[in-house]
Amino acid sequence: MYNSDKVIPGIIIFVLFVTFPIWWNHGKSVAAPEPELPKKGRCVESKEYMRSHHMQLLNVWRNEAIRQGMRIYTSSDGARFWISLQNECMKCHNNKSKFCDRCHQFAAVEPYCWNCHIPPETKKFKAPKASRLLKLFGVPPVLHGSSQAESYGHAEH
Amino acid sequence: MFEKALVGSRKYWLWLAFLALLIFIGFLAFLAQLQYGLGITGMNRDVSWGFYVAQFTFLVGVAASGVMVVLPYYLHNHKVFGPVTVFGEFLAIAAVIMCLLFIIVDIGQTHRLFNVLLHPTPHSMLFYDMIVLNGYLALNVICGWAALHGEYKGTKYPKWVVPFIYLSIPWAFSIHTVTAFLYAGLPGRHFWLTAIMAPRFLASAFCSGPALLLIALLIAQKVSRFRVEPKAIDTLSKIITYALLTNIFFFGCELFTAFYSNIPGHKASLIYLFKGLEGHQEWVIFMWTAWLLMLGAALMLVIPPLRKNINTLVLACVMLFIGAWIDKGIGLLMGGFTPTPFETITPYRPTVPELLISLGIWAAGFFIMTVLFKIAVSVKEARAA
Amino acid sequence: MDRRKFLKLAGLSVTLAGGVPGFLNREVKARAYTPPPGALTARRWGMAIDVKKCWEEPNCNECIKACHHLHNVPDIPDKKREVKWIWKDEFEHVFPDKPNEFNNIIFTHKPFLLLCNHCEHPPCVRVCPTQATFKREDGIVMMDYHRCIGCRFCMAACPFGARSFNWVDPRPYIKDPNPKFPTRMKGVVEKCLFCYERLEKGKMPACVEACKKKALIFGDLEDEHSEIVQVLKSRFSIRRKSELGTGPSVFYLL
Repeated sequence: MYNSDKVIPGIIIFVLFVTFPIWWNHGKSVAAPEPELPKKGRCVESKEYMRSHHMQLLNVWRNEAIRQGMRIYTSSDGARFWISLQNECMKCHNNKSKFCDRCHQFAAVEPYCWNCHIPPETKKFKAPKASRLLKLFGVPPVLHGSSQAESYGHAEH
Repeated sequence: MFEKALVGSRKYWLWLAFLALLIFIGFLAFLAQLQYGLGITGMNRDVSWGFYVAQFTFLVGVAASGVMVVLPYYLHNHKVFGPVTVFGEFLAIAAVIMCLLFIIVDIGQTHRLFNVLLHPTPHSMLFYDMIVLNGYLALNVICGWAALHGEYKGTKYPKWVVPFIYLSIPWAFSIHTVTAFLYAGLPGRHFWLTAIMAPRFLASAFCSGPALLLIALLIAQKVSRFRVEPKAIDTLSKIITYALLTNIFFFGCELFTAFYSNIPGHKASLIYLFKGLEGHQEWVIFMWTAWLLMLGAALMLVIPPLRKNINTLVLACVMLFIGAWIDKGIGLLMGGFTPTPFETITPYRPTVPELLISLGIWAAGFFIMTVLFKIAVSVKEARAA
Repeated sequence: MDRRKFLKLAGLSVTLAGGVPGFLNREVKARAYTPPPGALTARRWGMAIDVKKCWEEPNCNECIKACHHLHNVPDIPDKKREVKWIWKDEFEHVFPDKPNEFNNIIFTHKPFLLLCNHCEHPPCVRVCPTQATFKREDGIVMMDYHRCIGCRFCMAACPFGARSFNWVDPRPYIKDPNPKFPTRMKGVVEKCLFCYERLEKGKMPACVEACKKKALIFGDLEDEHSEIVQVLKSRFSIRRKSELGTGPSVFYLL
């Protein structure tokens, strides 16, 4: 082989790099997540189905409700539900951090539902954060200026 | 063939390192934008597209202009363009990649970019723009690389590439036409609602693109043993001249329609750009600079001794490139958004992070162009030796 | 396997893999989806604004307050980047296509309400590359915020300035959030949706309900007997920039 002095170490480094998660986490065990389930009531579908398919169901739900105007979901056993993540799902699962987040953190997924939908436990929104990156470029974290409530004229004429 | 890009002079590496630094700074600014939102730019609810989309529009033109060397060679067997076609194609590759990058930084939900593919929407002009731009990128990669590889091996370009070359010619016209249609089909934006938007785009593209190519070829000639035939330069400069004159003529048509008809909506944007409106003169100096540069370049190019003199030719090319860049970039965008739908004026000024991101993308384009031109020049040098 | 065969197979697998999510969804689709019972429906929703009634209370902002609170519309202090679903402006800005120096005197400081026109032929829908904005069968020009990529083509296409972009995260600027309605996130476009979420529950739009003077008439433009059609037939009304052919569904009764 030509250049074997470079190729072989290269292959070794590559293999070590791609297997990084395996040997880095070897021997460590992480406790299985324990999401807090509502004490009473039933979910729209069986626990097993929801565990494996809630993401597909939510995706179909949002399309049906927003795009087709189909707000009512009739489950496989004939029960009817108002389609709404924020107002229906979270009525029973009334704590996002104890329910959604527990599994999502374990599975290292970050669904962006909550960028718009408001979790039940949120009462007020936080002020914008200043980060080092924004400071580097001199970007003020908060927008300034006159409020829209004051007048109905235009900023500039 | 790519190995040719990995050996070069100190200057070559210094130039690439400099561009890499600009790319890095631009990337940092882009990360800040991802974190903060597009509020990091000067764009606002009335001027909702700005510097990014302006660069995108201008660069689509540069990309399309590659056809101005490909067409005469392949359709008219204009032999002197033979050795330079590959440069036209490589310039197009760099320009299209810059276009795509400017779109990526301009959209608000970057990670949802592929929704455009997931939910194809044939009634949106952006859908076609996506198809033609990516198709054009693929065509130029195929044609440019295959032709150069043929030269590398000492053969003519392979037969299978011929249909792609023929296809790339109308395709070049299509990318700029579709880009013009992004603007020209919108109700209530008087400045953009003109049937000669696409012809104007093509005219300004076919002068500014070849001007950049000509300058790049002369630089390549300076730093290597590669030589462009003077006849090729001569033909290219004539193409630039005619395209520039057409561009100026089209703009004259716009002025006539707006001011002879005396319709306020059609006049307002032009008055804002060139004279200022209601005390707002943000772009007046830029627009006059742009058009004086283009008119000056046109004057120099129509006088044969000045066009044939390499120094004055380069100067004219630089002038018209800057002129077209201002006019078709920021001028087009600001004129379209001013006055607002409420007939008010909301000023726009690009911010520092916005300019750094744009500079980073331009640097990325020049990086790609440098590497590709280096490969092409080296292959040609090796052939000549 | 040679390289050519490998590439062909790779291409085929990618194509097939693209079909997998569809297969998974089909399993879900076995259940039924139906429209909500008791919803208000129409063939083409429209609004008539009785401008003179509105002027009886020139400083009233009840409709704006109700809408913006209910829909978590942020109060952004930078006017150039503000978000608004319903707002007020003067005649010369609302109807710039009808310049008349004498009207301008009559109408000085008289507010006109502005909101999305829910056009019959909406240019914003035509240009949207992902169908994130689309026209429903009842005429409402809807937003699917899940799908918006933030290209702002719709903002360039809208001749009414009815669309707002979230230049930054809007949440810090919502002082008193309504927990029943989502907010939006940075990087998407938003606008008035004719309270589709209230119509579904059999309720009139929030602005209509909030108006003390009953100056906002909301109804079906294609129903002969609806109040809005009766009013529009009996009184003179104008629409914003109707010459552009977008067919606004918001009428101004003068």
